[in-house]
Amino acid sequence: MKDEYVATNLLTKLSSAFIRKEPFGLVLIIAPWNYPVNLTLMPLVGALAAGNCVVLKPSEMSKCTEKVLCELLPQYLDQVGWLCPSPPPGEGSPRVGRIVMAAAAKHLTPITLELGGKNPCYVDDDCDPQTVANRVAWFRYFNSGQTCVAPDYVLCSPETRERLLPALQSAITRFYGDDPKSSPNLGRIINQKHFLRLQGLLRCGRVAIGGQSDESDRYIAPTVLVDVQDTEPVMQEEIFGPILPLVTVRSLDEAIDFINQREKPLALYAFSNSSQVVNEVMERTSSGSFGGNEGFIYLTLPSLPLGGVGNSGMGRYHGKFSFDTFSHQRACLLRNPGLEKVNDIRYPPYSPWNQQLITWALGSQSCTLL
Amino acid sequence: MEPLEDTLRRLREAFCAGRTRPAEFRAAQLRGLGRFLQDHKQQLQQALAQDLHKSDFESLVSEIVISQGEVDLALRNLRAWMKDERVSRNLATQLDSAFIRKEPFGLVLIVAPWNYPVNLTLVPLVGALAAGNCVVLKPSELSRSTEKVLAEELPRYLDPSCFAVVLGGPSETEQLLEHRFDYIFFTGSPRVGRIVMAAAAKHLTPITLELGGKNPCYVDDDCDPQTVANRVAWFRYFNSGQTCVAPDYVLCSPETRERLLPALQSAITRFYGDDPKSSPNLGRIINQKHFLRLQGLLRCGRVAIGGQSDESDRYIAPTVLVDVQDTEPVMQEEIFGPILPLVTVRSLDEAIDFINQREKPLALYAFSNSSQVVRQVLARTSSGGFCGNDGFMHMTLASLPFGGVGHSGMGRYHGKFSFDTFSHQRACLLRSPGLEKVNHIRYPPYTPGKLRLLLLAMEERRCSCTLL
Repeated sequence: MKDEYVATNLLTKLSSAFIRKEPFGLVLIIAPWNYPVNLTLMPLVGALAAGNCVVLKPSEMSKCTEKVLCELLPQYLDQVGWLCPSPPPGEGSPRVGRIVMAAAAKHLTPITLELGGKNPCYVDDDCDPQTVANRVAWFRYFNSGQTCVAPDYVLCSPETRERLLPALQSAITRFYGDDPKSSPNLGRIINQKHFLRLQGLLRCGRVAIGGQSDESDRYIAPTVLVDVQDTEPVMQEEIFGPILPLVTVRSLDEAIDFINQREKPLALYAFSNSSQVVNEVMERTSSGSFGGNEGFIYLTLPSLPLGGVGNSGMGRYHGKFSFDTFSHQRACLLRNPGLEKVNDIRYPPYSPWNQQLITWALGSQSCTLL
Repeated sequence: MEPLEDTLRRLREAFCAGRTRPAEFRAAQLRGLGRFLQDHKQQLQQALAQDLHKSDFESLVSEIVISQGEVDLALRNLRAWMKDERVSRNLATQLDSAFIRKEPFGLVLIVAPWNYPVNLTLVPLVGALAAGNCVVLKPSELSRSTEKVLAEELPRYLDPSCFAVVLGGPSETEQLLEHRFDYIFFTGSPRVGRIVMAAAAKHLTPITLELGGKNPCYVDDDCDPQTVANRVAWFRYFNSGQTCVAPDYVLCSPETRERLLPALQSAITRFYGDDPKSSPNLGRIINQKHFLRLQGLLRCGRVAIGGQSDESDRYIAPTVLVDVQDTEPVMQEEIFGPILPLVTVRSLDEAIDFINQREKPLALYAFSNSSQVVRQVLARTSSGGFCGNDGFMHMTLASLPFGGVGHSGMGRYHGKFSFDTFSHQRACLLRSPGLEKVNHIRYPPYTPGKLRLLLLAMEERRCSCTLL
């Protein structure tokens, strides 16, 4: 909250120059259903810390969590209002992001949009397949794949694909047992609509691992698909479920081209024993965030900003970034009401001498590194 | 002239090929921009004189020197700004490399206004180039002479594969906005700001909007009227009032109003002589439409000082109005001309209420010998920027962010803030491909023991990162 003092130039040396953080006022937080506690409360922390009044709109799709939030949370907070239940604006997709931004435009309301996309996961030939399989599988099937930063599809060579398949099966069995349906550690799909959508995706390409589903339980097995076509739905929309297509490419260049021909994703992953390869993928692509030899563990670091770019969003939060997101940074200069004689050099009528002096005084910033 | 689609495609291809990424390329662009300013300084001053009757002093001080300063600042700091920013880690990530990487967005559109057509076109350009973007510049067609210099001369100093100037009026701008950009930087009115944001929404393009508003100027009873009058008058009549951060109207008590009036007349005479129309230091109105608008405002309230106008010259005298009604146009729209209404209030509280009942302005001013009064105005209002006991001097400091809030805009720039505005800050974590055994605590089947360990490893408290 503290005022941030900044460097002055010669013209403002005797003044007090600082940035004051101010709340915007009335903030609206629209939250999704996949991490309904985290993605509702984390932004709330930032908005409250920055001093705003907040209207919270939790997702009606995560019904039980919504109930707990609506009934219990108000007892602990003073300046929060609630919109529950209410008509669904939808989840945090780019499509809905456009609608929100257009609505905000009418009032010139600043926004942060945390959206999604298809997060590519490049796996190099130079890697240990079991290590990679463990890491990719954990992040893919966590929350039954309903994570905006989960690896959405893998890009690798045909040879690496053959090494990955048994390793992925091994990881899945290790994590969820021989009968994943009975594992207490595997999630379920949020609702019927998404279940049916995902069940449809199971028909894309060829099922290499898993592929089972149970409508009564909204259960989709941890699945790996191969031989998927670019035009099939599984490669057209964000999967948001426990299905992992392995797409083959013939080289790193082809993988990078594949990635760059598509919308910038929220997250991007590269697995390789060679740090040079990891760096190359990072250098030649763009995304909200990047993980080398790892999935979205970076989310646990509040010192890193979480946010998208392009279709995956705008703005960021977590930690101090949340506070800054919900604050207006007001530039303040407090000058002396006296010492008017000093100002004579800036008043008309102008002479060449005035001009020179002011030009010099304007350029004299003592500190260039902010 | 190349069709727009071809221009945009060409620039995108250059960006995708990575031309703008290396620091050397960006520095070369910035140096080119600097040379443009030096080589064409005189030409720009002449153009500004033609467009706005801007004096050499004003052109230099508010347009050329500011722009040059930003170029120099960016060149000095480019590599430091571009560097990956390492961040603190928790136990779980102790052996990893965690940093924020600055990346250009890609294809940036800058739409600039006519009132400071050099400054408000080139200063955003500095940020966009330093951040490694390809840029489409749309200067204002209203400041015709300056537009000509920018369109004809500037491209010769920048790499044409990464930079283009697009000309036209409102309908061409509308067409331009239908295309997809990776960032849009707009300076102009709130009305057009809404249109720009709505267009950006179609492509989910992030934006900065530098808009405007009515900037209140509170003058306390406890002040020296001549000092205040000098300062307020200079900032009000600079560029003939066509400044987004100029004091728009004064709020003061009736007694202070009576002290200010002769002081303002005194300041105006000192600055512009007995016949301001013949002063080389007073600007003119940009065009007929705005002139007629301002001439209309002269009929509001009562003219206390000035009030003359000359259509053939688009001249409006430095004017002070009193007894204006809240409902009159002069108190309803941003004045953007050399007219200063003095609105009377009975107390500081009333002044603050008056301010807070209206849209948040781009700038807010408070004049008082008492720093407590100044701080009170600061604490109980909001605005893009604030200055106590002076006008828009805060804009000369590149260390302060320049931007609005609410209807006066969103986003900010100047100095490093420009670089940050035009950069995507990508969170990166690089981990070892080995040491897989360590990860076992996170994999299912989950146990309470694993959970305890994992929570411990995720804990932040042992890190220094609380101070970012």
